[in-house]
Amino acid sequence: MNRYQLEIRVKPRPGLLNPEGKAIHHALNSLGWSGISDVRVGKVIYVDLDAASAEAAREAAEAMCRKLLANPVTESFEVAMVSGAEEAAS
Amino acid sequence: MRVAVITFPGSNCDYDLYKAIRLIGGEPAFVWHRQRLQDGFDAVTLPGGFSYGDYLRAGAIARMSPIMEDVLAFARRGGPVLGICNGFQILCEAGLLPGALARNASLRFESRDVLLRVERTDTLFTGDYAPGRILRIPIAHGQGSYEADHDTLDRLEAERRVVFRYVDASGEPTKEANPNGSLNNIAGIISEEGNVMGMMPHPERAMEEILGSTDGRGVFASLARALAAAGAS
Repeated sequence: MNRYQLEIRVKPRPGLLNPEGKAIHHALNSLGWSGISDVRVGKVIYVDLDAASAEAAREAAEAMCRKLLANPVTESFEVAMVSGAEEAAS
Repeated sequence: MRVAVITFPGSNCDYDLYKAIRLIGGEPAFVWHRQRLQDGFDAVTLPGGFSYGDYLRAGAIARMSPIMEDVLAFARRGGPVLGICNGFQILCEAGLLPGALARNASLRFESRDVLLRVERTDTLFTGDYAPGRILRIPIAHGQGSYEADHDTLDRLEAERRVVFRYVDASGEPTKEANPNGSLNNIAGIISEEGNVMGMMPHPERAMEEILGSTDGRGVFASLARALAAAGAS
């Protein structure tokens, strides 16, 4: 078994109201940033897990997203490998 | 009418719900989320609150509780299930009702009375109301904006599954009357089979004159009457 660290990005679906993003958008505008067309807030979940392979780790993370971490009505997700066993050992 | 009131860590409307059921002559019983649902209940209710601190998404963790397997089975057998506020969020997360409850458009926790129009009076939960009646019932939530994809929304409307809608004093579902940004001013919906209802407003807080409104009584009285009629037939 190797240890993998995964970064799971849960993203608000485009087109849905994202009031947090809107509030931040206004705040950025008031600080003087212009030309911002959209701000949306999602979340990042870091998961460390032991798995037989990177592929198995990724599949497990995707299953976690489908079952719990993301709500398909309002969110989409992507899984990124932050570190595998090799990087962690070096 | 024996009614289970399911409690999760962080439920906070469980006693109000218990008392509401008592007030209309029902027999409520608390069922802790780690227990199993015993036989003999005529209905199951999921109270409001902040189960698991609303972590991840409101209702997302509670949905994984052991009791929810039994609630799902009870619902699939046609048993009446009512989810209020956090209970509605849990029912959506559990897939018993379509859609999701997202953060209020205002970004504020909205705690105040709202006006609701009763869209359906031919359900287990609304039979005692007059058609089109306007109710004054409190809301208290931060994540109550009803969201669903276009197809789901069209289907809900076509199948008349919106039971309550936020309206103004003249009964119109205006933008100003919508406290949270819900699509189509949706405040409550019912399942395809008609036995599972979820609503964000709190009828259990509108049961007695001393609390400012008795408009919520109809939800519980309707259910009691429907169950009594079914039992008698």
